[in-house]
Amino acid sequence: MTAHGAANGTADIEFIDVSKHFGAIAAVDHVDFAIARGSFMSFLGPSGCGKTTSLRLIAGFEQPTTGDVRIAGTSMVGVPAYRRPVNMVFQHYALFPHFNVADNIAYGLRQRRPRPDRAEIARQVDATLDLVRLPGFHARRVWELSGGQQQRVALARALINRPTVLLLDEPLAALDRKLRRDMQIELQNLQREVGITFVLVTHDQEEALSMSDTIAIMRDGRVIQIGSPRTLYDAPANRYVAGFVGESNFFPGEVVAADERGATLKTAAGVVLSAPYPPGGATLVGTARGVIAVRPEMVAMWVGPDDPDGAAEFSCRLGGRVHNRIYLGDQTEYSVATDQFGDVLVRAAKASALEIGPGQEVRLGWRQASGLALVDS
Amino acid sequence: MRNATGPSPLLTAVLLAPGALWFLGLLVLPLGVVIVFSFGERAAVGGYQAAFVLDNYLNLPARWTAFKNTLVLAPIGTVVCLIAAYPLAYFLAVKARPETRTALLILVIVPFWTSFLIRTYAWMFILGGRGLPSLIEWAGLGEVRFINTPFAVLLGIVYAYLPLMIFPIYVSLEKLDKRLLEASEDLGASPWRGFMQVTLPLSAPGAVTACMLVFILLMGEYLIPQLLGGGKVFFIGNALVDLFLQSRNWPFGSAVAVSLVVIMLATVSVYMRFAGRIGGARDVSLV
Repeated sequence: MTAHGAANGTADIEFIDVSKHFGAIAAVDHVDFAIARGSFMSFLGPSGCGKTTSLRLIAGFEQPTTGDVRIAGTSMVGVPAYRRPVNMVFQHYALFPHFNVADNIAYGLRQRRPRPDRAEIARQVDATLDLVRLPGFHARRVWELSGGQQQRVALARALINRPTVLLLDEPLAALDRKLRRDMQIELQNLQREVGITFVLVTHDQEEALSMSDTIAIMRDGRVIQIGSPRTLYDAPANRYVAGFVGESNFFPGEVVAADERGATLKTAAGVVLSAPYPPGGATLVGTARGVIAVRPEMVAMWVGPDDPDGAAEFSCRLGGRVHNRIYLGDQTEYSVATDQFGDVLVRAAKASALEIGPGQEVRLGWRQASGLALVDS
Repeated sequence: MRNATGPSPLLTAVLLAPGALWFLGLLVLPLGVVIVFSFGERAAVGGYQAAFVLDNYLNLPARWTAFKNTLVLAPIGTVVCLIAAYPLAYFLAVKARPETRTALLILVIVPFWTSFLIRTYAWMFILGGRGLPSLIEWAGLGEVRFINTPFAVLLGIVYAYLPLMIFPIYVSLEKLDKRLLEASEDLGASPWRGFMQVTLPLSAPGAVTACMLVFILLMGEYLIPQLLGGGKVFFIGNALVDLFLQSRNWPFGSAVAVSLVVIMLATVSVYMRFAGRIGGARDVSLV
């Protein structure tokens, strides 16, 4: 785990040993982190991992059972939601059905004391509608809008208040794939434009990877790892993170040898595999079991008895039969049944492997350095 | 698809027949008869004698007290019901824990398990000379009289119609998306302001419906003024019974009845126009 600017005052949000219990259940369990000002942070995890509760602790809809939540250096414990300098884009937008678009967006300004005058509110509503690219939508009823348009109104309604932090609770979950993709790019652009700290909660790893500066991976109320998308992909802290960020083949086994740089495991089928630890990863010295993770794009696949160039360096070579093939456009994903490891996922660039189809006998291999020896949890 | 042609005309007719006959025979036809009667004359032995005179309508001021009581106590009763019912409905829908909510809702319904007549009789005894007044006198708080006063009638009205007011409001509050209140709070509105700007307008359609329901029923109320008003505080309904069954002046009774219908239609249409202005909230209830 890494902390970003926790002590030097550049953090917009800090969680200091925060726990939140609902009855006997700890939804958030001793969580510490800091979110740098102006950054795009995501909480990623399956449902029930505590990511939404963390967001609600920031928004003020929940109060921590223990610990301290700070926004811009000020403790927010006991401060109700309506006095916090944060705004939220709700999962299903929660737009006010009895107001038109303009009144929805102006809602936050109208709560200010002293209340801005009419002309000022109108000017800001215009500017914000332009910002979210919905000019002229003032008088529209919210239920007449498409999902993407409602999403923009929800964004505008939050952004018009110039919050210190914008909270986004699965904001794109209700949109179809194409629109989601567009909105991801738009959200990123918007974040750069307005310079506000964005905190996103999502269960969609692709979304988190593509938009965030920093991702916190959560499980069972705890933060498992915090880091940049690249760090999480290249140096996952354990099997859970590797499985959540991108795809991997996992080969669990008994640790037969381990030193400071890597480990050798013996799998259930008796195959011995070695791999280095990820940079900064935990060692498996003194651990009974571990797992070796190999990204599908790191697995080479070829046909015939002759090894291709560079195969001499492969630490592992085995045979298998392709039983499924999925085109991903520029890449093709193969599922290869092997005796030793069951199904192995292989991802090959388009050019290399067009002629391989289901039923084909193939050989697989990967470099020792391409695998990662990880804690199996 | 079947829908393209629609059901056969015969089937439509068969399905509509029971309802149509019901309305024709029991609403439209009697109403026509009443309107015709209202222009007639009282026969010497009572009842109706064909004629076309306006005397019955010109004579309406003779029953001014009944109109006044109805037109004063029905709106007041409706408003008191609303004031009493809204907080209760709000508590049930928003504040009550789900485990206790069902039990509390059943408590609201429980009075319906006993006949309305019996419950009103019970109030007669509670408010009567040997009920509450004697208790108050015994406590040395002076002499009071409840029964046969407008207060007694109002009390009976509120007691009887409260559940009818509670349920539509409860339903509109219950289906209100709680996340809207979180959104309101998130945008800087205190819970009170959130209530005023979100909860109240979004539950207004329920309140509008409930008020109309109670008001219309109150305008035609007969039993409560009869038992708790004791002939001193009487409604149009009581005047009608009196005119038709005691005086046997059917034409004049018909004129009073027609006036009641006209007043009711006028009030309700004015009310609906006014209520329609309570924001787009009315459309919302359809979403």
